[in-house]
Amino acid sequence: MKKLSVVLTVLACCAMFLAAGPVSAKKFKVAMVTDVGGVNDQSFNQSAWEGHKRAKDELGVKIAYKESKQDADYAPNMETLTDAGYDLIWGIGFLMGDAIKNTALINPDQKYAIIDFAYGDETPKNVGCAVFQEEQPSFLVGYIAGKMTKTNKVGFVGGIKFPLIEKFEYGYMAGVKLANPDCEVLSQYAESFTDAAKGKAIANNMYQQNADIVFHASGGVGDGVIEAAKEKGKWAIGVDKDQNFLAPDNVLTSAMKRVDNAVFDMIRQMTEGKFKGGQAVVYNLSNDGVGIAPTSSKHVPKAILDEVDALVAKIKGGQITVPATKKEYDAFVK
Amino acid sequence: METLIKDIGFIIGTTLMYSTPLIFTSLGGVITERSGVVNIGLEGMMYFGAFAGAAAAYFYQDPWIGLAFAGVGGMILGLIHAIACVSFSAEQIVSGIAINFLGPGAALFISRMLFDGATQTLTIPNKMPLPLDFLFGEGNLFPSSGFMDLVFNRFATVYIAFFLVFLVWFVLYRTKVGMRVRAVGENPEAAMTLGISVTRIRYGAVMMSGLFAGLGGAAMSIAVVSRFSNTLISGHGFIALAAMIFGKWKPQGALLACLLFGGAKGLEIFLGSKGVPIPGDILAMLPYILTIVILVGLVGQTTPPGAIGKIFDKSEHS
Repeated sequence: MKKLSVVLTVLACCAMFLAAGPVSAKKFKVAMVTDVGGVNDQSFNQSAWEGHKRAKDELGVKIAYKESKQDADYAPNMETLTDAGYDLIWGIGFLMGDAIKNTALINPDQKYAIIDFAYGDETPKNVGCAVFQEEQPSFLVGYIAGKMTKTNKVGFVGGIKFPLIEKFEYGYMAGVKLANPDCEVLSQYAESFTDAAKGKAIANNMYQQNADIVFHASGGVGDGVIEAAKEKGKWAIGVDKDQNFLAPDNVLTSAMKRVDNAVFDMIRQMTEGKFKGGQAVVYNLSNDGVGIAPTSSKHVPKAILDEVDALVAKIKGGQITVPATKKEYDAFVK
Repeated sequence: METLIKDIGFIIGTTLMYSTPLIFTSLGGVITERSGVVNIGLEGMMYFGAFAGAAAAYFYQDPWIGLAFAGVGGMILGLIHAIACVSFSAEQIVSGIAINFLGPGAALFISRMLFDGATQTLTIPNKMPLPLDFLFGEGNLFPSSGFMDLVFNRFATVYIAFFLVFLVWFVLYRTKVGMRVRAVGENPEAAMTLGISVTRIRYGAVMMSGLFAGLGGAAMSIAVVSRFSNTLISGHGFIALAAMIFGKWKPQGALLACLLFGGAKGLEIFLGSKGVPIPGDILAMLPYILTIVILVGLVGQTTPPGAIGKIFDKSEHS
């Protein structure tokens, strides 16, 4: 009888332990839907996935992704992941703005998050938005360009002209002007994010007009810009991630957007029960959401990088507000 | 004055850069459609060729091997199109659409296997050579960035494209096999009664179109840029298809149409850089508007080959 009670007690303890175990360390599940680039696009989606992988290693969450083959896949992919019961579902890229919002309104208890898109006052309570101050890293690479140009002429190639890309343009121009007020900035949009040949032609034309550094914020068009720099032996500046690997001798630096850090940060907040739904979280220099490429030290003299570090401190401290629109830029150069 | 000459040089140079991949591909279109088989799968073949070319050029470190792989890759897709349309009498448009899914799908699938899951290749170490630099040494023949340099110092693919226009014209209009191709495209029944194998001619023509489209894709991935990425070919094949129709199913016509399109692109980029007070997105329509205007205004009615798109069933005629 005594034996039986011991066994029962042990069993009861085991049962309690088993029941309590999963509760005390609940395994969170997070998944993301890529845009058409796929998970290994060496850009945005890949960076987001790296953020997920870091969350898996450091926070112990379970992760998964679903790739979209075309724009029409976004909504169905969202639905599939919603039905699979994830704690947080990411949409990577502004193209998914509508799909996320619609799915979120139908499933108010499911948490969603999106990169590069903000809904303003209409943000559903269960959607967190991660947006970036792209003008800040653009400002820093602009400063480097302004300091390093030998011809007093630099260029900017944009993808399609809309406010997000203009943040790169005006941040960059402000940086150039701060470093070198006499420097001229040539600026042209390709009206495409895919036409590499056009990027090459625009950059060629800028180099022909004696510009020696060209910054691009233009996705696939930038392949052509970097190619032109390589062929002409000039400098190009990459975007979003460290693009030095594309042309190690010709990519001076890159204006980086740390999508991985933003993703990790929001997953961490979610696991801590502090998910910021219904609003946009801004990622900038202060929370390591943006920055310049680590390979910059290869080509940029240390003295200039030190000045950049001083600028970073000033931007973080609020002494410099980097312009993101034409209006702000005009006020800045005055 | 000097700037003006340089600007003109820039526009012509850009025209050549833009047109070259289109010229290859639309020549492919001319060959297949002249034999009576519609091939709207040119886009998919170009896409696959661009990938195969860049991948092979990366692994073998030789652009010529890349070009060869691109041609063969396009040809394999051409073979599939031929099997469907010629042997199994499939609807040619439907098969072409299938090729347009198959080409990118296969390219990305293989890319993921070879490049560690990435949908793009790494940068190729050696690009297509510039023949003038190769023959005379860099900057020796023409002063660098001068008018002549901007116009003539182009990648080998540009020269090859122009040569192929002549070659295709010669074969189609001056040789027996070319006459047979045209005969099969105009009236396969009559051609068959003369002892020409419609099946063989069409297989050959469709596979050649794959080869040319593959080269066109590689002209993009190993000359214009130096790697393949998943958005590199986006619509070029369809523009080449339009250029072929615009050029009245003739090699020289297709050449002019491609040059016109490239020229409009060059002009658009030039105007954009000069800060003309036209919004960029309107300017970006220029090549398309110009094409439509010229098509309607100058080219007039075009007559396709007589038997184009029609399924030819040998058994009905024997």
